[in-house]
Amino acid sequence: MSDKKSSQSRRKFLVSMARTAGGVSLLGLGLGVYSRQSLSLPAQAIRPPGVADEKEFLSACVRCGLCVRDCPYDTLKLSGLMDDVAVGTPYFEARKVPCEMCEDIPCVKACPTGALDPELTRIDDSRMGLAVIADQESCIAFKGLRCEVCFNVCPVRGKAITLDQQHNARTGKHALFIPVVHSDACTGCGKCEHACILDEAAIKVFPHKLAKGELGKHYRLGWKEKQKAGDSLVTPDEQHEYNLPEGMRYDYEGEGLIQQKQDTPFTDNPLDRLNKGIQH
Amino acid sequence: MALETKKLGRDAINSKGWLAAHKWLLLRRISQLGILAVFLLGPWFGIWIVKGNLMSSLTLDVLPLTDPYVLMQSLFAGHLMEMTAITGALIVLAFYMLVGGRVYCSWVCPVNLITDAANWLRNKLAIKGGTQLSRNTRYWVLAMSFVAALATGTIAWELINPVSILQRAIIFGSVSAWMVVLAIFVFEAFVSQRGWCGHLCPVGAFYSLLAKFSLLRVNAYARNKCDDCMECFAICPEPQVITPALRGEEKNISSMIMSANCTNCGRCIDICSKDVFKFDHRFNKKISIKVLHQREVLP
Amino acid sequence: MKLTRRDFIKNNAIAATATAAGVTIPGIKEAVAQTDDNIRWDKAPCRFCGTGCSVLVGTRNGRVVATQGDPDAPVNRGLNCIKGYFLSKIMYGKDRLTKPLLRKTNGKYDKEGDFEEVSWDEAFDIMAEKWKSAIKQGNEENKGKPVDKITSRVGMFGSGQWTVWEGYAASKLYKAGFRSNNIDPNARHCMASAVGAFIRGFGSDEPMGCYDDLEHADAFVLWGSNMAEMHPILWTRITDTRLTKPGCEVHVLSTFEHRSFELADNGMVFTPQTDLAILNYIANYIIQNKAYNQDFLDKHVNFTKTPTDIGYGLRPTHELEKKKTGKGGKLSKISFEEYAKSVEPYTLEHAAEISGVPKEKLLRLAKLYADPKKKITSLWTMGFNQHTRGVWVNGLMYNVHLLTGKISEPGNGPFSLTGQPSACGTAREVGTFAHRLPADYVVAKKPHRDFAEKIWELPEGTVPGKVGYHAVLQNRMLKDGKLNAYWVMCNNNMQAAANMNEEGFPGYRNPDNFIVVSDPYPTITAMAADLILPTAMWTEKEGAYGNAERRTQFWREQVSAPGEAKSDLWQLMEFSKRFKVEEAWPADLVAKKPEYKGKTLYDILFANGQVNKFKKQTVTDDRGNKYNNHEMEHFGYYAQKGLFEEYRRFQLEGPKVGHELADFDTYHRVRGLRWPVVNGKETLWRYREGYDPYVKKGEDVKFYGKPDGRANIITAPYEPAAESPDKEYDLWLSTGRVLEHWHSGSMTRRVPELYRAVPDAVIYMHPNDAKKRGLRRGMSAKVVSRRGEVEAMVETRGRNRVPEGLIFVPWFDAGRLINKVTLDATDPLSKETDFKKCAVKVVKV
Repeated sequence: MSDKKSSQSRRKFLVSMARTAGGVSLLGLGLGVYSRQSLSLPAQAIRPPGVADEKEFLSACVRCGLCVRDCPYDTLKLSGLMDDVAVGTPYFEARKVPCEMCEDIPCVKACPTGALDPELTRIDDSRMGLAVIADQESCIAFKGLRCEVCFNVCPVRGKAITLDQQHNARTGKHALFIPVVHSDACTGCGKCEHACILDEAAIKVFPHKLAKGELGKHYRLGWKEKQKAGDSLVTPDEQHEYNLPEGMRYDYEGEGLIQQKQDTPFTDNPLDRLNKGIQH
Repeated sequence: MALETKKLGRDAINSKGWLAAHKWLLLRRISQLGILAVFLLGPWFGIWIVKGNLMSSLTLDVLPLTDPYVLMQSLFAGHLMEMTAITGALIVLAFYMLVGGRVYCSWVCPVNLITDAANWLRNKLAIKGGTQLSRNTRYWVLAMSFVAALATGTIAWELINPVSILQRAIIFGSVSAWMVVLAIFVFEAFVSQRGWCGHLCPVGAFYSLLAKFSLLRVNAYARNKCDDCMECFAICPEPQVITPALRGEEKNISSMIMSANCTNCGRCIDICSKDVFKFDHRFNKKISIKVLHQREVLP
Repeated sequence: MKLTRRDFIKNNAIAATATAAGVTIPGIKEAVAQTDDNIRWDKAPCRFCGTGCSVLVGTRNGRVVATQGDPDAPVNRGLNCIKGYFLSKIMYGKDRLTKPLLRKTNGKYDKEGDFEEVSWDEAFDIMAEKWKSAIKQGNEENKGKPVDKITSRVGMFGSGQWTVWEGYAASKLYKAGFRSNNIDPNARHCMASAVGAFIRGFGSDEPMGCYDDLEHADAFVLWGSNMAEMHPILWTRITDTRLTKPGCEVHVLSTFEHRSFELADNGMVFTPQTDLAILNYIANYIIQNKAYNQDFLDKHVNFTKTPTDIGYGLRPTHELEKKKTGKGGKLSKISFEEYAKSVEPYTLEHAAEISGVPKEKLLRLAKLYADPKKKITSLWTMGFNQHTRGVWVNGLMYNVHLLTGKISEPGNGPFSLTGQPSACGTAREVGTFAHRLPADYVVAKKPHRDFAEKIWELPEGTVPGKVGYHAVLQNRMLKDGKLNAYWVMCNNNMQAAANMNEEGFPGYRNPDNFIVVSDPYPTITAMAADLILPTAMWTEKEGAYGNAERRTQFWREQVSAPGEAKSDLWQLMEFSKRFKVEEAWPADLVAKKPEYKGKTLYDILFANGQVNKFKKQTVTDDRGNKYNNHEMEHFGYYAQKGLFEEYRRFQLEGPKVGHELADFDTYHRVRGLRWPVVNGKETLWRYREGYDPYVKKGEDVKFYGKPDGRANIITAPYEPAAESPDKEYDLWLSTGRVLEHWHSGSMTRRVPELYRAVPDAVIYMHPNDAKKRGLRRGMSAKVVSRRGEVEAMVETRGRNRVPEGLIFVPWFDAGRLINKVTLDATDPLSKETDFKKCAVKVVKV
């Protein structure tokens, strides 16, 4: 009788155990899936300085909001339940309030856990995101209009955004000033996106993984490698010599054939001129 | 154990007066609301005593406090925190080891306000039954939160942890707070009695682990006076913890409530018209006959 | 330095970004430097087209791991096209051949057997056996014949992708060793018409100008060239000139709209074959408007005419060949007036009607050529060359430039672009054609043969005087059983040659024949072979290429070939060891040089005191890096240098001038030189005083390839194509290439990224044509001709917009062999096949 009872209760116990374990595992599975999704940071959400990798960040951020508290410009906010950003984590939207790139980086200092890398001491080294001319069709600089607002507001002036001067084939005479973002200098602060004068910004800051392509490892840009090495990687070319008529020069490195300027219109030999005859 | 729930606490009020019958409740509410208020002073009034939230905070720009549970999760996710956070966690750890881990639940955690309210309604409407969960489920959830951190490499649990979401939502002023409030309230009131705090919450489970050696204990020092009115069992969020202390005299079990899941809320002290319970420290041997190492009693 | 996991991730992220941006960020320099560590860089020309871009090849642990455009190279200044971008991957296809493979049954060679791995020894054994029996039979047939009548039963199909010395060694082995002129390169499919016209017009092969024309011209006219895709880096130069030079114009003519039309100020789609009429119209316009340069014509030009109605290079039994009334290309002198009269019928109205190009467009083009103030560079490739009147149409182009005197000066000139990386440097310059010897000498002329025999130290009468079988004829002779031992090297001719169903495949599989294919990969041609030899490619050997602007570029061996793969040079030289001279030459020839008795062809041709003159040495660069040279290691001397220096004697010691190259060692030091290199000076524009050392002061212009120093204007009429659409076969078919794939795709289709970019050949078709046949974009359809059919997907959009009545199908796709469909009609003069015109129908599958 008691045997039966105990076996019954054991069975009850096992069933209950299994039910609990099953339920919790299901919850865990759901959580796992949800956490994978939350890794896909939406394009407009930019992390504060000192975040290199979203997953790494989510392993460290305890959602305390101390960085948000110490942001003097109210740039940073904590995501709520309804935001697409992993709940409780800090981010900002450049078009609304961009990062002002405080010299002392208070947000990083406030972080107790190291989710914002404490080794980041120069704000210029931060890589919150990368500005991208997302829409060249709308950007009026590409049309030849002199806008350059993004270039002018950029705090890493002349380095993060430069203006590439190009020929304007349409007018034939007015150069285009094309903004070009350089990933080696752009901090992703979003001042450009914030300032873009279009109704919808043509330049946008995206998280790095969305913004950045990567050159195949099997290929290098020759001129950059040369610049890096300070000289040709392979023996610099020898001096070339060419068969050329008088008055011509050949610039091997650049222009090619060049008509040398003459100090006077006369040649060495007076017969050249005398035998030419008088021309009208 | 048939007890008319509507009459709960009436005897204590009658015998001790309303204030004495609500002493610890009032103190707890002051504590819970006070902590929230201190956090809100900054953003509301610009008085920055404490910054951050219960996950991690900085008091008066010197005292860092960090939730050791979230630190553990972070560790499982592969991140070793900075010293600030580790120091903060150690301070918190030491504190709760002293006063009892689950003091967090009854004195600090804002979710307690909601679950208490839900249970008050449950009593008022005399709602019975609901889903029966094992009280051990919370340890499974706790383990699951660590596995999830390990597997995903992120602090995954924090994505859905209602405890921190609620705190943060209140402190950082977000509408989503009310959704969490509502969800927990409905769950507690209509789905499962004491379902969240007593059965599921891994935060509570984690803090219960700290309680083993804590100093502060509730002592059923006057258990001989017990008239078996059962009101303490009715009011207690973890009623299984009372039994050994209150009924253990014959078995020579100590009158000290030694279970890790006692939240030191003091409800039993308030509600007992016979003043059977009092707060005590665990080494008070005067009354205790024999302290046994007890296993948690399964419901 | 101890890195935490976080540092590691962070550094990698920044390093990746920095590498991509080509910058060094302080603090992570170490990480970046580490990834670059141990890469040895050295220069090499790109493996693909005739542009001749230079790249730096990065090698680590015996493997090419990266490349970069050479920033110091004058052609490309560090740029590459998308094919060049993937150079480092072309040698590492999964199915590289690493062992000789012979068709066998029960352990013995069997033409119908399956391929089995064999040793090089066994491979050469069976090969030598087949060669010897074919040579023996040939020698018997030649008994009593004079040297200019002898034929051979051994042959070879070579390549404009051979290195200079490989082409030279092959030519020498065949013409001198096997006494067979049946050696022809795939450049026959590519450049032969240009060669023919250069020789007829100027007496010297290859363009007079150079790539600097692309900056100096005021206008560019593309005739049958899609440079935007086929010469991508040169196209960037033209585009830049167009964008930056005020008044610069680009005119593009083709039988369909392609990528190059996007830059065109005047884009013209003409009916196939009517380029002949358009060019004659331009000449007529120039004459009618007296826009010709009288002074130039008086001093530098002869007027001639060429025989007409000369057939279409098909088999003599073909209906079209029976109908022809003219023959050959012997020129006869005419007067200016006669010339003017010959082009008179080509009025604007006539030209517009026949070509389908609107009058105003033609007029604009004619006015451009006639404008004395405009410097014009005309460019063309396969549209002119793959043409049953290819030599004519090349010549008509020269006529226009000669009439106006717009030639041989910066920005002015006709520029025939080459397709292959060394069509010029190897196929043309070292004379791997059936009719040529090195340096513009030809087999048909006895003094030229004598000169070659002198340099090669051979008895008189060794080199046969009869022109050998050209590419198309080789396939026909294989089929007819007259060519029995055949070696295909460095090309994929089964896929590339026209009419494979009727000629190519039956020829290879003819039981009388033994076919050897040397290739790095199992190509369609290899599949049709009896013996496959695994071959080293590109920088797995030391090499030299010559590009379209006469620039010769060298490279060193960077890595070893996989398995037992050997370079073409090794194969050619090693094979020659298998022949005693008595087994190759008749006794009377051997008797003329008794000291050669008992020697092998290898001893006579390669270990001859010239080729083996340069002792074994360590190949190094100036930075002290050491390079392997497997051929030097194997043969015991610097074979490449010996071959090159012997080849140079043809340029330096003969009566023909103007082909001089610099010495071997110089080329390893420089980024290529444009020949003629005289006294260390490169030549940029030929035939022009000041620029060309062979034009004396006061001569102004001299076409010194011709005895009288005058170029030929050669009149030729419009004649229809060999096959035009009719009621049943109602569409023109044009074939060609795409940017992403090189030729038959044997290399580029093995690069996953390029394969993904353009996996299959499609049928470019006008939407109306598709609709008429119940087809839609993306549907499968069959292209059917009188000779065969092939299935592919219909494409009505995309990069090529064809007119109604014409389809375009690229030929790179080994899965869709469009050359089953094409016609092997060739230019009777250049023997180059017209891959651009035949009649097909397209039907729903």
